[in-house]
Amino acid sequence: MATEPKVEKFDSAVLRGRHSYDTVTDKIASIVLTRNQPRAWIFGAAIAFSLLMLFLYTAAMVVAKGIGIWGNNVPVAWALDIINFVWWIGIGHAGTLISAILLLLKQDWRTSINRFAEAMTLFAVACAGMFPLLHLGRVWVFYWLMPYPNTFALWPQFRSPLVWDVFAVSTYALVSLMFWFVGLIPDLATLRDRAQNRAAQIFYGVLAMGWSGSARHWSRYETAYMILAALSTPLVLSVHSVVSFDFAVSVLPGWHTTVFPPYFVAGAVFAGFAMVLTLAIPLRKIYGLQDLITMKHLDNMAKVMLATGLIVIYGYAMEGFMAWYSGSPNERFMMYNRLFGPYGYTYWLLLLCNFVAVQFLWSPRIRRSTLGLFIVAMFVNVGMWLERFVIIVTSLSRDFLPSSWAQYHPTFWDTGLFIGSIGLFLTLMFVFIRLLPMISIFEMRDLVHKTGGGSPRESAENKRK
Amino acid sequence: MGQIFHPSANTLAKLGIFGGVFLLIGLFTIWDQFLRSPYVTGVRQPIEQTVPFSHKHHVQQLGIDCRYCHTAVEKSAVAGIPPTKTCMNCHVQIWKDAPILAPVRDSFLTGKQLQWTRVHDLPDFVYFNHSIHVNRGIGCVSCHGQVDEMPLMWKANTLHMSWCLNCHRHPDKFVRPKDKVFDMRWERPTGTNDPGKALVAEYDIQSLTSCSICHR
Repeated sequence: MATEPKVEKFDSAVLRGRHSYDTVTDKIASIVLTRNQPRAWIFGAAIAFSLLMLFLYTAAMVVAKGIGIWGNNVPVAWALDIINFVWWIGIGHAGTLISAILLLLKQDWRTSINRFAEAMTLFAVACAGMFPLLHLGRVWVFYWLMPYPNTFALWPQFRSPLVWDVFAVSTYALVSLMFWFVGLIPDLATLRDRAQNRAAQIFYGVLAMGWSGSARHWSRYETAYMILAALSTPLVLSVHSVVSFDFAVSVLPGWHTTVFPPYFVAGAVFAGFAMVLTLAIPLRKIYGLQDLITMKHLDNMAKVMLATGLIVIYGYAMEGFMAWYSGSPNERFMMYNRLFGPYGYTYWLLLLCNFVAVQFLWSPRIRRSTLGLFIVAMFVNVGMWLERFVIIVTSLSRDFLPSSWAQYHPTFWDTGLFIGSIGLFLTLMFVFIRLLPMISIFEMRDLVHKTGGGSPRESAENKRK
Repeated sequence: MGQIFHPSANTLAKLGIFGGVFLLIGLFTIWDQFLRSPYVTGVRQPIEQTVPFSHKHHVQQLGIDCRYCHTAVEKSAVAGIPPTKTCMNCHVQIWKDAPILAPVRDSFLTGKQLQWTRVHDLPDFVYFNHSIHVNRGIGCVSCHGQVDEMPLMWKANTLHMSWCLNCHRHPDKFVRPKDKVFDMRWERPTGTNDPGKALVAEYDIQSLTSCSICHR
C-alpha cells in the first residue's frame, strides 16, 4: 500500500489485493474506531463547519427579515432557492439508484459505494428540503403543507404540483432513511462488538437494536432489505418526475415541456453520480481504500454518467427542436433568449460543462484517471446547477408580456445560503465518516466470500471467539 | 467483556418504538384539542367591561332592537359601537345617579369615549362586511348567539375559518327570511317547511368560498 503507483493499474476487479473477512472488517471499522483522524478530515471538517455557520447565519436572517432580502422579484419569483432545491434533490438520486436498482439487478460493484452514496442521498435531501421551507417566508407554519385536520376546514391544493412535491420528497426522505438505517444494523453490531470504550458500545449498541447475527436475524434482514429496495426503486423515477412537474405543468415557455420528467430523472442520476465521484475519489485516497473502491467502480460510474449525460444532451436538443418545430413565437423567442439574451452566457457555460466536458468520458484513459474523472465530475456538478438556473431564471425573467420583464440579480443572502448549504452537506458527510462505517462491512465480507478474496468460510467473528 | 445492556433493554426498546407512535399521536391530539378549547378560542367566556352592560337586560327584558344601538349594521361593514349619547337618551332619566353608570356620565360630560373591550375581534387579514350578511337574510343570532341571554357579552362561536366556511358552503342551512334577521326567537321550520333552499334562490345567495372573498 505504501508504494501505491501514481497511475493505478486498471483491472476489472471490484476487490483488489488479497483480502480476508478480517482485513476488510479491520480496514473499514478502524476508520471509525480510532481517536486519530487524518489531517485531511480535520481540515475538511473545519472548512465545512465554517460554511455551515454561514448557512445558519443566512437562514436565520432570511427567517427574521423575510425573503425580501433575496434578489427574487416579479416575474422572477423563483430563483436560487428553487434552483438549489432541484440541484440537491437531483444529487440524491444516485444514492438511491446505486442502493436499490443496482441491488435488484445484482450488480456486485455497488457493494463498496452504496453506503456513502445513500448517506449522500439523505444529506442532499436534507439540504434540498431547506430551500422550499425557507422560501415559505413564514417557515414556522410549514405544517400547513401537510393535510391534517385543521380549524380552517382547508386541505392543501391537491391539483398543485407543489403539493405533489411535498409528498414525493418527504416519502423519498423517509424511505431513504429507513433503507440506509436497515442496511447499517449489522455493521453497527460489528462496531458495537469491536468498540473499546463504554460510550461507543452503548452508542452503537442502541443503534444496532440487539442484532446478534443469528440465522433468523439474517433471514428477516434480507426480506426487509429487499422490500425496501423494491419501495425505493420507483422513487428513483418518481421523485424527480414530480419535481419536473413543478415546471412542466405550468404554461411558461421553457417550462411547458413534455420531455421534462425523463430529462430531469436522467439529469438527476447524472448529477448524482458526479457527486458520488466527487466524494469517492478524495475519500479512497485519504483513507487508503483503493482496494475496496477500485478503478472498476470509478469506471462504471463514469459510464453511467456518460449514458445519463447523453440523455440530458438529448433533452437539450429536443428543447431546441421543439422550440422551432412548435411554430410558437413565444417558444422560439424563449430559445433565442436562452442563447443570446442577457443570461445567454449561462447557457453556453452549461453546454461547456454538460456537453463538451462529458465527451471526455468516451476515452478509457480519462475514465481510469482519478484526476481526469474528478475534473469532469466537478464540471458536471457546476453544469447541472447552471441547467436549473437556465430553466428557471431565464424562462421567468422574460415571459409573455415584455412590460413585465425584469432581470434577477442574486444578493449576498441568495449566494450565502447556497454556499452555506454545501457546508451543511459536507458537515453531515464528515460527521457520518467519523461515526459510521462508510463502506458496508458485511457486504464486503460477502464479496470476499464470492470472489474468494480471502480464507473462505471463516468469519471474522468466529476467529475472535 | 461483560454485557453492555441488561435484558430489560429489549422490553424498553420495544416499548419505546411502539409507545413512540402513540405518544406522537397523543401529543398531536392534545395540541389540536387545546387549540379548539374555550381557553384559546374564548367561546362562552364572559369579557369584563368598564361598564357591565347587560344585553340580557336591554334586549330580553326591555325589548330594545339591535339597531337602536348598532345603527350601521345594515349599511356598513361594521355594526358600530354606539356613542355615549345613545346611552344617555335613557339614562339621563333612568338610573341617572347609579354609581355603576358613573363612567357613562363621565364620558358624556368630558366627551371622552367609553373604552369597550372588543369581543368579536377578527384578524386584520380577514375582510368581513355586516351589511351584506344582514341584507341577505343572515340573522344576528347565527353568528353572535343568543345575545339576549348574555348578562355580559361573550363569543358564542369560535370565529374559526372552518366555522365561516361551514355557512359559506351551505348557506341554505342558515339563511332566514329578511324580516326575521333581528328576531332573537325565530325558530327554523323543519323538514319540507324549511325555507332555506327557496330563500337562497330568492335572495340570489351564492356560495362564495374563494380565498379572496375574505382575504383581499
